Amino acid sequence: MSQQSIDLRGVSKSFGATRVLEDIDLSVKEGEFLSLVGMSGCGKSTLLRIIAGLEAPDRGSVFIGAADVTARDPSDRNLAMVFQSYALYPHMSVRQNIATPLRMRILTLPARLPLLGRLLAPTAVLAQIDTDVSKAAETLQITHLLDRKPGQLSGGQRQRVALARALVRQPAAFLMDEPLSNLDAKLRAHMRDELAALHRRLGATFIYVTHDQTEAMTMSDRIALMIDGRIEQLGTPDDLYQRPATLAVARFIGSPTINLLPAEADGEGRVTIAGQSTSILARPGPLTVGIRPEDLETGDEGLAAEVLRVETHGPDRFLTCALPTDRSTVTLRQGASARPARGDMLKLRIPPERAHLFGSDGQRVPARITGRVAA
Amino acid sequence: MRRVLPHLILGLGAALMLLPFYWMILTSIRAPAEIFDVSLWPVPRDFSAVQNYGQAASTVPMARFMLNGVIVCGGILIVQVLTAVPAAYALAKLRFPGRRLLMALVIGALCIPMQALALPLFVGLARTNLLNTYFAQMMPFFLSVFAIFLFRQSFRSYPDEIIEAARMDGFSEMEICWRLVLRGSLPSLAAFSVFSVVAHWNDLYWPLIVVSDMAIAPPPLGMLFFSDVESGANYGALMAGAAMITAPMILCFLLARRSFIAGITMTGVK
Repeated sequence: MSQQSIDLRGVSKSFGATRVLEDIDLSVKEGEFLSLVGMSGCGKSTLLRIIAGLEAPDRGSVFIGAADVTARDPSDRNLAMVFQSYALYPHMSVRQNIATPLRMRILTLPARLPLLGRLLAPTAVLAQIDTDVSKAAETLQITHLLDRKPGQLSGGQRQRVALARALVRQPAAFLMDEPLSNLDAKLRAHMRDELAALHRRLGATFIYVTHDQTEAMTMSDRIALMIDGRIEQLGTPDDLYQRPATLAVARFIGSPTINLLPAEADGEGRVTIAGQSTSILARPGPLTVGIRPEDLETGDEGLAAEVLRVETHGPDRFLTCALPTDRSTVTLRQGASARPARGDMLKLRIPPERAHLFGSDGQRVPARITGRVAA
Repeated sequence: MRRVLPHLILGLGAALMLLPFYWMILTSIRAPAEIFDVSLWPVPRDFSAVQNYGQAASTVPMARFMLNGVIVCGGILIVQVLTAVPAAYALAKLRFPGRRLLMALVIGALCIPMQALALPLFVGLARTNLLNTYFAQMMPFFLSVFAIFLFRQSFRSYPDEIIEAARMDGFSEMEICWRLVLRGSLPSLAAFSVFSVVAHWNDLYWPLIVVSDMAIAPPPLGMLFFSDVESGANYGALMAGAAMITAPMILCFLLARRSFIAGITMTGVK
């Protein structure tokens, strides 16, 4: 399978007065699985469409390998795209759907015509196309569906056909625009595994657009988190989860969402979180502290909190607790062995090494921890 | 009662609509003596179908009129579809400056009646010595804004993602337009074909203006010649002729009925 790197340099795009993308630089390595993640309207789909050539950037360029393809037509970029709606040709059988990219590339216009084409197309070429289609169908285990029409297939089957159609042309890279979002939850989890396995087997470059952080976290080598037309943070799933570069990233990644508490560093840099002094040192000024639900600890001392709700998720329980200080709530993730009840009073401790500090501009603030034990 | 009533009302409406046709058929099988009988009884006292139809077929070249009708209607339909489909595709799916203005012009053009253009068209055809040709009968109808409008409405619902997938697969815009988008709108093609063929098959106004040669006259004009020849006396034969030229249209509608209705409801034209 051919594979190529993809580079975006200074890509900007506006629709009318709305700036959708602002000066995007992004390098996707050969064979990498990179996800573009963000809320709807953050520009991730537009970025993918610019890579595909379906949309032209106002400024900036797109490189595939070493070649500048900014001015090329979508079909000349040798990229395959899997759409959210699968975009199968409704009047063609599965076999014809998968064969279409090859027929379009190999056969001349007269040889593609419905009736005349059968006489004009060289037999050897048609046989080769047939072999390639069968191989792609085998890879995705849809050989038994080849003679059906897309209308007779289930969502998961259509998804496989769309993947086979992408696969058959041996593209420089695969572009996927929320390909799993029309599937039910169970099938989605299953297809996620299959996509990851497909990526490993093909070793091809994947660019995957999703609004679902779980998909991005589970499959990607790297994630580019986009907010308002900019790449807010680019890194491995662990980077984004463990060291969010901004408050917005911390908020977006993680489910349940990260707990955010107001904090302040005094003149000496000592950080006070919700009125409790801690052993964290940071640049003086107002701060926001982020703490993941699984990092909050309960103990004999610390922030007083009342349990408002207990949600059971099999192995975990999520506790929603109210802080009496400012009526905000925090979420706590505990193992199933814990047996808290509604109305219980807890003491919450924030382990200093697990706290993420953000300044008033939303940027991560470096922190140090003193030797003293604090709440 | 509640279930029967709608059918009863619809049935009455249908009967009212079908009465002229019924009368036409009835007259075409009656003898001249019975023509002015007001009875609706289907069996005539003197069954004269053979005589009437025979006369209609033998006095004037009915087959020739029919062939002319096929040539004119076929020619018009082919050029209309060839021009309207790409225009409708562009208006429905492509982004370009002036699209809204062009669409407004299409809608505006829907409001201009054929009669308003008759004189300039006639003068133009007369100056170019094209009167009394098939071309003169077809030319004014080659560009159908109604077709553009109908197809545009129907093409709009074609999924954009399929068009984009096609662009990535290497389809040209013309291939997308004809092989994918029109393929997905076959009911509206059927609906438009019925509209167009029926309208031009039955049209008397324009052929009357540009055709005086009986050899290229379409069926309604032929019927007019026929009634002149017979000085309007033999209604039985006249109605037999009318029944003969109406038959292909009824057949055409029955064949395309399902698609026709799907096409109309799908595009929200009626």
